[in-house]
Amino acid sequence: MTVMTATNEPKFDVDAVRKDFPILSRQVHGKKLVFLDSAASAQKPRQVIDTLRSVYEDEYANVHRGAYFLSEQATSRYEGAREKVREFIGAAHAHEIIFTRNATESINLVARSYGKEFLKAGDEVIISELEHHSNIVPWQMLRDEIGIVLKTTPISDAGEFLLDDFKAVLSDRTKLVALAHMSNVLGTILPVREIIDLSHAAGAKVLLDGCQSVVHQPVDMVGLGCDFYAFSGHKLYGPSGIGVLYGREELLDAMPPFLGGGDMISSVTLEQSKWAKLPHKFEAGTPAIAPTIGLGAALDYVNALGLENIGAHEAELLAYANQQLAQIPGLTLIGTAPGKGSVISFTLDCAHPHDIATIVDRSGVAVRAGHHCAQPLMQRFGIPAATRASFGLYNRRDEVDALVDALGQVREIFG
Amino acid sequence: MSNELRELYQEVILDHGRTPRNFRDLEKATAQAFGNNPLCGDQLTVYLALGADRKVEDVTFKGNGCAISVASASLMTEALKGKSEGDVRALYKAFHAMCTGEETGPAPEGEDDALEKLRVLSGVAEYPTRVKCATLAWHTMAAALDGEQEVTTE
Repeated sequence: MTVMTATNEPKFDVDAVRKDFPILSRQVHGKKLVFLDSAASAQKPRQVIDTLRSVYEDEYANVHRGAYFLSEQATSRYEGAREKVREFIGAAHAHEIIFTRNATESINLVARSYGKEFLKAGDEVIISELEHHSNIVPWQMLRDEIGIVLKTTPISDAGEFLLDDFKAVLSDRTKLVALAHMSNVLGTILPVREIIDLSHAAGAKVLLDGCQSVVHQPVDMVGLGCDFYAFSGHKLYGPSGIGVLYGREELLDAMPPFLGGGDMISSVTLEQSKWAKLPHKFEAGTPAIAPTIGLGAALDYVNALGLENIGAHEAELLAYANQQLAQIPGLTLIGTAPGKGSVISFTLDCAHPHDIATIVDRSGVAVRAGHHCAQPLMQRFGIPAATRASFGLYNRRDEVDALVDALGQVREIFG
Repeated sequence: MSNELRELYQEVILDHGRTPRNFRDLEKATAQAFGNNPLCGDQLTVYLALGADRKVEDVTFKGNGCAISVASASLMTEALKGKSEGDVRALYKAFHAMCTGEETGPAPEGEDDALEKLRVLSGVAEYPTRVKCATLAWHTMAAALDGEQEVTTE
């Protein structure tokens, strides 16, 4: 007799999961695709692809407008996605979820709306050395326009966020702290609990760029007390073209609209307009209807697998990759903070990242080469560029091995 | 290893990538420009010393980049020394066409030898994302000739 117990079943069956991603069975240059660039954009499961198809085949109409069946159904599906996002990030209210195109637009929305309304010349905004350009450029633009002071908080050589240095930069002049929750290059996960508490104690609001973190670990807006949180759907196994800005209700209520147009008003005359209530005040024009519903499907997919299980699988893979890559002569890891997320950046002494990416691509291995939209971080480490492999829920050990083999070819050519 | 990779990373390219020729400042430079490929982070400065007749008396470069861009810059400096401005521009055009796979006819008169030496870089035509690596130094050189300070390829 066989006794089945729960402990015999693997928590996370990566082989089964891979079957959900049609693209993973294709070949590149005659080799099996080894996709190690999920931190740039993740592949999509059948469940998301099918949802997009069914929206267009069976359910498509504009939202928030027509008093007819299809429009009501599309509106219900669209708003249903908002509720799924609320639950996914532990927000108090669905109307605190603003749909944007991507995290970049979310951060720009905060800079243009909150920043222009509530910050003034001399007010300080703190960012860190590890930021993606999307969390640097909007603040520089705002600085040039209204005269805020942009301060930078440093990181260690291992890529760790330095809380003591942050405390030294923080002051009663600080009005906003805008940081990545997890670095897209180093994998460092910032101590956001402490950062938020310290910032609030200093009277500053906190915006987190959650693009990299929400795909690896659960987040809880209410528990964190976060003021703004931005992320993109396409890194979360959802469609591109849909992003999220979470903002606390009282902040969003006080903020002026970002874009003007249809859907964001309650009434319009030729002289003036009144703004719609949240969240519609910030969603001018016809939104990305199908991608938003597709994002809802992606969240269902991730929830069914369990973010804790996904995170544990990726952490195991990262540990294996660290171990394997460390054996390659001349390879230097960039970013070795404890508890980091599953992105792994490195340089090879014999070859430039761009050459590495071209060579491993011929083995079917897709990695990112370049500055990763984090040029100040590259300057911090004194390198022009780096190669990055990043892992998603579908990656396996044999793909790490394929990368290591392909890097052997790089050494063969350049060594 | 695939033949395509061998074709791209020929020994001449690896050699010039490792030990680039004319890799230095040029005190007597009469024109210079900075070239930047923001996509991959390649950055280089090309220095030209032009005579009164606009002939290239000397040409050097400095900077950093991938093997393809450094080798291409190195090979370019060797190819351009002593050439008239007209010949330089003709070779630039022919080289660009070679890298993008748009060669339509034989090399311009008198440039066939120079172009033949650059043919080791023709493999990039098979790699769309690498064409700009091979042409960055040339775009930068052309910008310097035109009196421009900076060129960005993306």
